[in-house]
Amino acid sequence: MKMGKNKAWWVPWAFLALPLVLYLFWVILPVFQSLAYSFTKRDSIIFGTQWVGFRNFARLFTDGQFWLAIRNNMVWLVFFVGIPVPLGLFVAMLFNTERRGNRLYKTLFYLPMTLSFAIIGTMWMWIYNPDFGALNTFLRMVGLDSVAVQWLGDKRYMTGALVAVGVWRQVPYVMILYLAGLKGVPGELVEAAMIDGASWWQRFRHVVIPMLAPATVVAMTISVIDSLRSFDIVYVMTNTKARAAEVLASYMYSSTFHYSDYGYGSAIAVMQFLITLGFILVYVNNVLKNEIER
Amino acid sequence: MTATGARSQTVRSIMTVFFYAAATTLVATWLMPLVIAVFTSLKSMDELMSDPVMWKPPKVWRFDNFSEVWNRVGMSMYVRNTFIITIPSVIGTLFVSSLSAFALAFYRFKLNKAVLVTFIIGMLTPFQMLMIPVFRLSDNLGIRDSYAGVILFHIAFQLGFCTFFLRNFMKQIPYSLMEAPRIDGAGDFTIYRVIIMPLALSSLAALGVLEFTWIWNDLLWSLVLLQTDTLKPVTLGLANMQGEFVQYYNMTAAGSIIASIAPLGVFLVFQRYFIEGLTVGAEKG
Repeated sequence: MKMGKNKAWWVPWAFLALPLVLYLFWVILPVFQSLAYSFTKRDSIIFGTQWVGFRNFARLFTDGQFWLAIRNNMVWLVFFVGIPVPLGLFVAMLFNTERRGNRLYKTLFYLPMTLSFAIIGTMWMWIYNPDFGALNTFLRMVGLDSVAVQWLGDKRYMTGALVAVGVWRQVPYVMILYLAGLKGVPGELVEAAMIDGASWWQRFRHVVIPMLAPATVVAMTISVIDSLRSFDIVYVMTNTKARAAEVLASYMYSSTFHYSDYGYGSAIAVMQFLITLGFILVYVNNVLKNEIER
Repeated sequence: MTATGARSQTVRSIMTVFFYAAATTLVATWLMPLVIAVFTSLKSMDELMSDPVMWKPPKVWRFDNFSEVWNRVGMSMYVRNTFIITIPSVIGTLFVSSLSAFALAFYRFKLNKAVLVTFIIGMLTPFQMLMIPVFRLSDNLGIRDSYAGVILFHIAFQLGFCTFFLRNFMKQIPYSLMEAPRIDGAGDFTIYRVIIMPLALSSLAALGVLEFTWIWNDLLWSLVLLQTDTLKPVTLGLANMQGEFVQYYNMTAAGSIIASIAPLGVFLVFQRYFIEGLTVGAEKG
């Protein structure tokens, strides 16, 4: 029996009025406005606009910088999902114990996740400094001088170096998701699986992994979506001047705010949105599937 | 019997040793960038230049770096600005989303699912899709380059996640709790205010902690909506500082640490809530 069944139809809408008005003007309408702008040419963000049909999109297809941004986004996607998901699972399995000190370990491991990308980017810039950064200092100490490269100065390594920072922050997040998922798995089961060496892999594969499926779906979809909208790290660590590391989000930003090409910027945003949309729908579908009706 | 017992005892000890070795190595490696940041913030430029081993503790601990960044570079102003933006945004989005969550959790109406899905799609939409229209809207309303513009955007945008989160929580509240007051003639708003909101307090706290961190850490929207330097939050202040003080690692490090104190503190105090908030959807209802 649902509450309010016999009540006036407008009651829920009265509660929804304020939230929906705000959401409509700041989130929903903007999506459609950006879509409309992508078919225009505009040199000022406020005035003047001219309908150009699909010209912005045609230009995108021949724009090397756009394809480079897509390629970089794909690198982001592959590593941003490929490393944090298995590594996060490993860390969660490790920390899913009652041993003393465990809580402290977990807390410390979470810390990077609470920090802003602006701060994280700043910190990693000294680490990557080619001459006296911590990374190259370390590599030289262990005799790997040839590996001590210009991490943020060389086109070949730039995106990799930026993704590594993102991965560093994402692993703790995935771990949290898996630890939450493991709460649903009886402790003895995991413990037994850990001790019984012979069938460890079997149990892990056939008992633990399937029980963690919901956490995996969330971890993967959210990681994909976040990798496709990565911006802050790229902005802070390259100031969008290093075009070789540009991703869709930063290319949209620089087209719009550095080159005042608003129609074109909107077209980039639309492409970014369309690429992301498929994964968003996977997430939504997953939410609706897990819905418990009562 | 005893042989297997002894064997499993040995396995257990090996597992324990393995756990502490692995956990310590892992955490130490993972936190190395933070350790480097703390050490760097306390060194003098001379020391940083003469000894490039960043993970060594400072020879002389220079706490002056912090007071210098706080006063001279204007970090105090940026931190204050961030509070001015973050606190009303968090309170606003919690309040407004509690209304939508209540409507979606307790009423059966045709578009219920559609509204929920709209909120979820919105929360996952790339920000670039909103940027130019939100800029224009703020400009038309005369609130661009003001706190109000950024705060209103945060309140509106965060509604997606907050509604989703709170609605999931409210769905677990049994209807029977509302039937008695309903028979007594209580109105819907009274039920929301007197019955549901007190029950939702702990999930509001979880959400508040998470939102505080997210809004505090925001860079993009202040970048887009704020031009005046004296209005900018700490994330932008830090990015500016990098341009000016790019050589002075100790200063930027001290600035980074100052900028992280609030979210770190909130996380450490409200850890349990924080994690609850992040795992929404990962556990089966």
